[in-house]
Amino acid sequence: MVAERTVHLTRDSLVRYAGASGDFNPIHYRDDVAAFVGLPGVLAHGMLTMGVAVQPVIDWLGGDSGRVLDYRTRFTRPVVVDPVEGAELEVTAKIGALDGERVRIDLTVVFGGQTVLGRAQVQVDLAP
Amino acid sequence: MNPALEGRTLPPIGPYLVGREKVREFARAVQSRSPLSIDADAASAAGYEGLLAPPTFAIVVQEAALQQLLAEPDTGIDFARVVHGDQRFGFVRPVVAGDELLAHLSVTSIKTLAGNSMVTAETAITDLDGELVVTAVSTLVVRAEQ
Repeated sequence: MVAERTVHLTRDSLVRYAGASGDFNPIHYRDDVAAFVGLPGVLAHGMLTMGVAVQPVIDWLGGDSGRVLDYRTRFTRPVVVDPVEGAELEVTAKIGALDGERVRIDLTVVFGGQTVLGRAQVQVDLAP
Repeated sequence: MNPALEGRTLPPIGPYLVGREKVREFARAVQSRSPLSIDADAASAAGYEGLLAPPTFAIVVQEAALQQLLAEPDTGIDFARVVHGDQRFGFVRPVVAGDELLAHLSVTSIKTLAGNSMVTAETAITDLDGELVVTAVSTLVVRAEQ
């Protein structure tokens, strides 16, 4: 186990991320548009989930995200963000493989009892 | 979805100047606790020439290229039906504030499965000298109309 973190996302988080990232797809802030295209509700940006999920690893690296060599994931289930309650993500980071100073860390992100990322892997360089 | 998009390469987009406040704004949005993304002195002490952008910041540069792709008149993509399928970043070096970056996007694959279309785009993000900084690969899923 490298790290764990509980991340709380709210609609405010989504609006903030939309502005920061430039992804203004309305399915991330408009219930009517989300419903019209058949989604179960307003969804968190996949990239927001990916962005917050790597943060415990960066903390473990002493804040030095420059040690990240590769970061990949599949988005397997939507994170529906309730307008009142928001959404709670449980992030767990574990060592997946060691190859000298290169380490693969596997991330698990659970929302509502189910994983939402598939094969989320971070390759980091621990060389001094 | 227009299958002829496969193999299409967009002209380089940019330069995108990575701003210090944009790095801070993005770091806050992804709930970063790293001082290297907030405090210029801390980033400098760690050997970086500017604030260290969180790894997924590269999406900001890639996003501009993806928007350009979606805006091409012949894509046949309805933006509200687009969801993210997968994403990968491969870093040569991290992005830091002060970088000027160009995005070179190519559509590497188009697949259709059960009415859903999957578009994979690879974006090489380089500096102004053409040196690769990060490669970003995205698969977007365009959901079938109900």
